[in-house]
Formats: sequence, structure tokens, C-alpha cells
Amino acid sequence: MNYHWNWHIFFEPSPNGTGTYLDMLLSGLMVTIVTSLAAWVIALATGAIVGVMRTLPSKPANLFGFCYVEFFRNMPLLVQLFLWFFVLPELLPHAWGLWLKQLPNAPFYTAAIGTGLFMSARVAEQTRAGINSLPRGQRMAATALGLRTAQVYRYVLLPIAVRIVLPPLTSEFLSTIKNTSVALTIGLIELTAAARAMQEFSFQVFEAFTAATVLYLLINIVVVIVMHFVERSVAIPGYISGK
Amino acid sequence: MIEISHVDKWYGTAFQALKDCTTSVAKGEVVVVCGPSGSGKSTLIKCVNALEPFQKGTITVDGISVGDPRTNLPKLRSRVGMVFQHFELFPHLRIIDNLCLAQEKVLGRSHAEAMAKGSKLLDRVGLKDHAQKYPAQLSGGQQQRVAIARALAMDPIAMLFDEPTSALDPEMISEVLDVMIDLARDGMTMMVVTHEMGFARKVANRVIFMDQGEIVEDAQKEEFFNKPRSERAQKFLSKILSH
Repeated sequence: MNYHWNWHIFFEPSPNGTGTYLDMLLSGLMVTIVTSLAAWVIALATGAIVGVMRTLPSKPANLFGFCYVEFFRNMPLLVQLFLWFFVLPELLPHAWGLWLKQLPNAPFYTAAIGTGLFMSARVAEQTRAGINSLPRGQRMAATALGLRTAQVYRYVLLPIAVRIVLPPLTSEFLSTIKNTSVALTIGLIELTAAARAMQEFSFQVFEAFTAATVLYLLINIVVVIVMHFVERSVAIPGYISGK
Repeated sequence: MIEISHVDKWYGTAFQALKDCTTSVAKGEVVVVCGPSGSGKSTLIKCVNALEPFQKGTITVDGISVGDPRTNLPKLRSRVGMVFQHFELFPHLRIIDNLCLAQEKVLGRSHAEAMAKGSKLLDRVGLKDHAQKYPAQLSGGQQQRVAIARALAMDPIAMLFDEPTSALDPEMISEVLDVMIDLARDGMTMMVVTHEMGFARKVANRVIFMDQGEIVEDAQKEEFFNKPRSERAQKFLSKILSH
């Protein structure tokens, strides 16, 4: 292989005039982090609600939850982002569609919401699995004490279920971070897009993607470490992973 | 206090769990419900606080109809204590918080009031020193005593016990029965599903024998043990008293 390695490339100015190639990658990293966090907040909030709906003793709520999950998890993320970004504005009334298309940072909003909804279907399934893994008697005992359904979830079922599904939820958060890279196809200059731009400007493909790889690895390791401490701090003595 | 009148219950359309059950529990009375497994005894007492719905007949508790859709079920349940076979303490809450939760969220007591009541009841069941532990750190017998204290903390007008000693190791059964005997002697209205015939002999006023969803025998204690009328009850008694 006749490849000219140049690790100093990171400190050379990038042609977009905003600093060095390293600055370009770091700004891509920031976009990845912000997009992931926004998507994760959406995924957790809607996922938890939909997951709970699938366990309620109400047929309409179950049906809604079922349709929601199957809609969002059975289409590739790429197709979903294209739908929100290219198709949705055309389906809306003309004025709304125009407003959407002219929205500043439209790729960011689309990526955050699109990835968030895609991941929320997965969070919903984890939540449902967590709640359903609890003994039936827990719900009965809480109900028998006179707690209302919302209180049964708030004070009894969810606090235990969340502890049970924390490890798989960590995986889902990592997936969210990695999935934001798909948003480069709708023009979001996140970490992968920044690495690709660097490669196109400088032809240093190995350096660019090595840097991207290391940066992805670093943020994911941070997430894993933080979640490890979260898991430890909420562990119940004598129960599940507790001491 | 508890009036059960011509109650029928089906699971789905095929299986009838309760067939025309009629009985009552007077204030201060202790009624033991026994019978082979699958006879419907657990289902019957779960109908009393509407943990299980029933399709025909009426049940009233302290004059309030359980099956009436206008009945405030959470309020009714908060006045009827229930103890389960598998204890069903909330694993993420300390023992004292298990006793306080429903007092505060259902009855609206202040935290200080709930704590005082909880400590007093823990003392009564001999577990004052364990207030700060988590359920998984206690033995089965201790957990069941906590479960009884948790139900008593609501100042119930009646207590339902669903096989409270069936999941316990033999050496722990008596510590739970002692608490129940104590309670019965205090004049608590109790409906107890159990196979502990020693307990029935000691404190029950009446014994109900169920088989295949029917109340086969409903008799005063002496009559039930000395000369049960039905052949099925005789057979059952000879089996469980023979060893």
C-alpha cells in the first residue's frame, strides 16, 4: 500500500476557514453529543410513557402502544429520517411545509426528533419488559393498599422496573449516540460527517476515521462509566445487583 | 361486615372459578377458608377487595357494594387489609417506608404521623430493630410479619389473608401465626385462606370448605372438625390431619 501517513494533518488549517482539522472534528463531536442527548431525552420520555401504556389494564392504551412500537421499530432509521426531512414537509399544508424547510438547523431538529422517536420504540419495549418481569403480586399488593393506578406505577412498579432495565438502557443510549451518524445523510455535520469532510479535503482517510473512531470510543466509555455509577447508586441491598 | 351473595366468576368463557358462592363474615369474626388447590378460595377472597372482578352476584363490605361501578374502589381497598402468600413487600423501600407509603399517599397522613404509627406496629410484630433494612435482608417469616404490619398501618376494618404461611419454611410458620392469633384475639375481623388447621382450631369461629369453585361446607368450627357433613370435606380433613 502506497499511503502517505501524516498525523500532523490535525493541526493544519481546514479549507472551511474555521480553524484546524482538529477543530472541525471537535465541532462535529459537539454536534454528535448535543444531538444524542436531545434524542435520548425524547427517547426516554416518550419510550417510558408508551412502555407503561402497553402494561395498563386498558385495551385502547395497549393497542396504541403496540402500533407506536411497531411503526417506529420496523422501519430503518435512514428511511425514517428521509421521511421526516424530505417527505413530511411535502405532505403538510403548503405554508407549514415551507416553514419547516426554512427552519434554521433543520437537520439538527430532524435528527434529534427522528432518532429520538426511533429509539423510543426500543425504550418502550425495555420499559414494558421491566414492568412485566415484576411478580404480579407487586401490583396487587400496591392496589390492595388503596393506591390508584398512577400511584402504583409511580411509587412501586416503575422504581423497581427501571432498576431492572438500567443495563439494557445503557446499551440503548450507546446505540443512540452511534445512530446519530445516520444524520449525515440529511446534512447534519456531526462527527462522522466531519471525518468524511476531512478525508475529502485532505485525502488523509485513515487519520480522519481513526480520530472519529477514538472519539466515538471515548464518549461511549464515558457513558458506560457514568451508567455504572448510576447502577451502583440505585442498587437495592440484597436485591438483584445489590450487595 | 363482609357479605358475599350468589357470586359467580369465570376466567374467560370456559372456566368457572366460583359457583354461586354465598357466605358472610360478621364483625370481629374469624373465618378460615380451606380446600384443595384450585378450589377457588384465593379467588374468593380476592373478590372481596375487588382485586379480581366477578360477573354475577354481590359482595358488600361494611355496607358498600364492591361490584358497583360507582364505588370508590381505592378507598374501599384502603380499609381492608390484605396479606399475600409471597409477602409482596416493595423491595426498593426500607421496611419503615413500606409501612409509610400508603399511609401518606392514600390516607394523607404526615410523614411524622406515618413513621410513628409504623414504628409502633413494627414493635408489635417484634421487628423494631429492622426498620432501616430492606425486605431482601429479612427472612420470609420476618417479611410476612412486616406485610401484616403494613396492612395494619392503614387501620383496616377487616383483614384478608391469602395463604400467609404457604411460602414459609416450617420453622417460620409459627412466628407469623402468633401475630395472627394475637390479632384475632384483639377482635379483628379476619378472613383467612390457609391449610393451618391448628390455627383454625385455635382462633377460628367458622370454617368454610371449598371445592371446585363451590362452598361445600360453611360451619361452626367444632361442627366442622368433629362431624363435617359433606363427604368431600371429610376426605379433605382425613388427608390433611392424618399426618
